[in-house]
Formats: sequence, structure tokens, C-alpha cells
Amino acid sequence: MTASPDSTVSPTRRALYALALLALASAVFYALFSSVAYRWNWDGVWLYRQQFGYGWLTTMGLSLIAMIVSVALGFLLMLGKRSPWEPVRMFCSGVVELVRGSPLLVQLLIGHYIIANALRIDQPVFTGIILLGCFEGAYLAEIFRGAVESISASQLEAARAVGFNKVQTYRFVIIPQALRRALPGTTGQLVSLIKDSSLLSVIGIEELVQKVKIMNAATYKPLEGFLPLALAYLIVTLPLSYLARRLERRFAYET
Amino acid sequence: MKLETKAVTKRYGTHAALDGASFATGDEARVIALLGPSGGGKSTLLRVLGSLLVPDEGSISIDARTLPHDEDGALIERRANGFVFQGYNLFPHLTALQNITLPLREVHGMSEAQATQRALELLHRLGLEGHEHKRPSQLSGGQQQRAAIARALAPKPRLLLLDEPTSALDPVMTGEVLDVIRELAEAGQSIILATHEISFARKVADWVVFLAAGKVQESSSASDFFTKPQTELAQQYLEGLSKYR
Repeated sequence: MTASPDSTVSPTRRALYALALLALASAVFYALFSSVAYRWNWDGVWLYRQQFGYGWLTTMGLSLIAMIVSVALGFLLMLGKRSPWEPVRMFCSGVVELVRGSPLLVQLLIGHYIIANALRIDQPVFTGIILLGCFEGAYLAEIFRGAVESISASQLEAARAVGFNKVQTYRFVIIPQALRRALPGTTGQLVSLIKDSSLLSVIGIEELVQKVKIMNAATYKPLEGFLPLALAYLIVTLPLSYLARRLERRFAYET
Repeated sequence: MKLETKAVTKRYGTHAALDGASFATGDEARVIALLGPSGGGKSTLLRVLGSLLVPDEGSISIDARTLPHDEDGALIERRANGFVFQGYNLFPHLTALQNITLPLREVHGMSEAQATQRALELLHRLGLEGHEHKRPSQLSGGQQQRAAIARALAPKPRLLLLDEPTSALDPVMTGEVLDVIRELAEAGQSIILATHEISFARKVADWVVFLAAGKVQESSSASDFFTKPQTELAQQYLEGLSKYR
């Protein structure tokens, strides 16, 4: 891997830059907020802190399960798009294109009010997790496919030469090398998944956004809830991105 | 070992890399050199002989045993062979040691301890002591190629197939790798070698198959081939290659 550009700057310098940028951003936000004539009142938010916590746990819980669903589905769709059978390839490509080409909001509404209804599934949380998993899985399938197809023909030949069969070639040669190449895109998609879970409020799941909407309505305060809301997502998404960078470095080797 | 092919054809799209290649070696051929101009079909013939590729048409036999044409049969067949390529083709995510032990464990059913012992023995024999735990990118080209040879030798292959093993190396590293191959040849390993190093081929090979344009132009004992090549193509090829060395 090529040296990352930040490796030439000393840590102290980076810390100083970070402080300066933080101060600048705070100043800008302070100026913007104070120029708006709005009376901030945080009592309502404090009063509803427990509900807020439940909402956060719900969001994180269903995001976590949807992640597992999406990674598994993305992997299957990737394999399907590489299948030797044309109908399987066509089916998987069709699913990926349809899901990636339409808004999640529409998929949630149709999935919940029509498909789940027709199948007599009366579990919005279950439906929501599956739909969210499908949506992100379609994107992951393309990320995985790009990574797998970037493994060179000479590596595949080497795998055949040492006597690996198809499954062993995937397990010992393709996946370990593709994993590293798929990692940046995958983390980005999983961060998106956590944020996209906010749309599940439209099918009545009481996740974080829905809780904040309820809180705002009950306290007649339209804005206060959204600031902690943003923070509640950031405290998960930022460490996730950091973790991914650490993993990338651990998997780094030259090819 | 006696190798024989009959009208072997292998096409890539409309291009026939092998176009009805037929030859037979003597009964006791042990180190067979595939010579000929680039694009003549050496690499393809080597892969077909090692069951790494299945030909579109024609048949191949080794000691009167015909090679299978189906993918499953070819897999079993090539598990008994060892391959070394021009570009080394080590697995970049594994150390030199792991590159050798992984196939030993997963393909040849050795235990971790057995595989490690066998791998270390070969790495040391091939002069890679102290480099066992390095990844391919931390090794020089010559070291990578010796590690690749160790990987190919580890399961004690019936046949070692080397496809231009020194073409990507500088003269010093070429010397290191050719030394290893010569030692193997002298120790009795059966070898098929595609190469442009004709003075090396002259030293180690006992049979030569000369290919051009996907066809076998000449197949004769090494001493006959190098002293009195029969075809004009082979004469020109030998003259061209020996001009500056």
C-alpha cells in the first residue's frame, strides 16, 4: 500500500490543526445559532432522556441485525452475479439494480404496507430489519464484486496450481485478499446503514428519530431534540470509521 | 518418463495457442526443455502437460497413461504436480512459510506440525533461512522465486513444471534460481521447463521440444537438438539466441 499522505505530518502538528479547526467550527456554529431568534429550552429533552435512550438502543440493535443481514445478503448476491448459470446471474443483477435504483422510503412503504401485509407479517421491526438489510445488501454486493474481481488472474492460476478446488480458492485466496480491498467501501456502507435506519420511523418503529419526533411534539419544541439526535448517531459512526481505518492498516501488505 | 501428445489444440477465442501440437519424447526423458520464440505455445503446452489447462482437442499421455479431459480429473492430476511461474505468483497475504504450509494442510492433508517441518526443511535447503516469516513483498525477486519453487516441491511432486522461471529476474538472481533448478535436476526430479535460457537448457535438459506458431517443430534428445537442429526455424532460433552470449 502506498504511504498515506498524513504520514509526513507529526502528531503534535496534527493535534494543533485539529484544535484550530475545532475552534473555527465552534465559532461559526455559535455565530449562526445566535443570529437566529429562537428561545432554546432543553428542559423537554432532559425530561424525555429515558425515551431517548430506548430509541437509541432500538436504533443500534436493529442496525446491528440489519448489518448482519446485509453482509450475508451482499455476499450471496455477489456469488449469484458470478454464478455459471445465466438465470441466476440475471436474477441477482435485477435485484441489485432495482434495489439500488429506487428510494429506501418507497421500498419501506411497499414492503411494509403491501408485501408484509400480504404475507400476514405483523412485525414492523422484523420487516424493517429485512428491508434495510436488503437495501444496504444490494450496495454491498457491488462493493464485494468489485473487490473479488480485482484479484488478478495470476492469483487464481496459482490457486489452481497448488491444487485448490473452487471453494478452497474462495476461502484461502480470493476472500482474504478481497476483504482488505472491500473494507473501506463496506465500512462506508455500514455507516450509511445506521443513518438510513432513521427512515424506519415511517413504518412506525419507535427508533431514535421517531422518539425525537414524539418528544418534539409533546414539548412543543421543534428543534431541541435534533441536536442530541445528531450526536447520538455520531458517537457510533465516528468510532466505526476509526475502527475501520485501524483494521485497514492491520490488513495492509504490498501486492 | 515418456511424454506423448497427439494433435493437441487449445484456443483462446479465435486464437489457437496450440494448433495440433504432436510430439513424443524418448522413454527415459527426465528433464524436458520447451524452447521456441515467444508466443509459440510453450507456456500453454506446459500448462496442458501439467493438467493446469484442459486442451480443446487432442490427447496427452505420460508413461502410456492418458490424462483426463474433465475438470475434476484434471484437479486430481495436477495435485500431483508442482508449478512455478514467471511472475512467482506467491500469495501476497501469506508469509513464505504459510505459502508452503497452506496447500500442504488443505490439499495434501498434512498436520500443521508436519507441514511446517517440511516447509522449513525446503526453505533452508533453498537458502531462505531467516526469511520464513516475511511476506512476498519483503523478499527480492530471486528469493520470491525460490520460495515459489519450495512451494511447488513441498508435496513431493511427480513432475515439476517451470514456466520461464527466470524471465523476470536480473542476471544475479537468475543465477541463484538456475542453481536451485540444476540441483533438483541432478537429484533426479522430473522437470518440464519452458525457458529462453538456452545455455542452461543445454546443461540440464536431456530432451528438447521446440515449438513455434502453436506447433511442435522438433522433438529430439538435447544433444541432437543442440548439435544438429533439423528445422531451419530451430537453427535460426539457436543462432539468434547465442549471438551475444
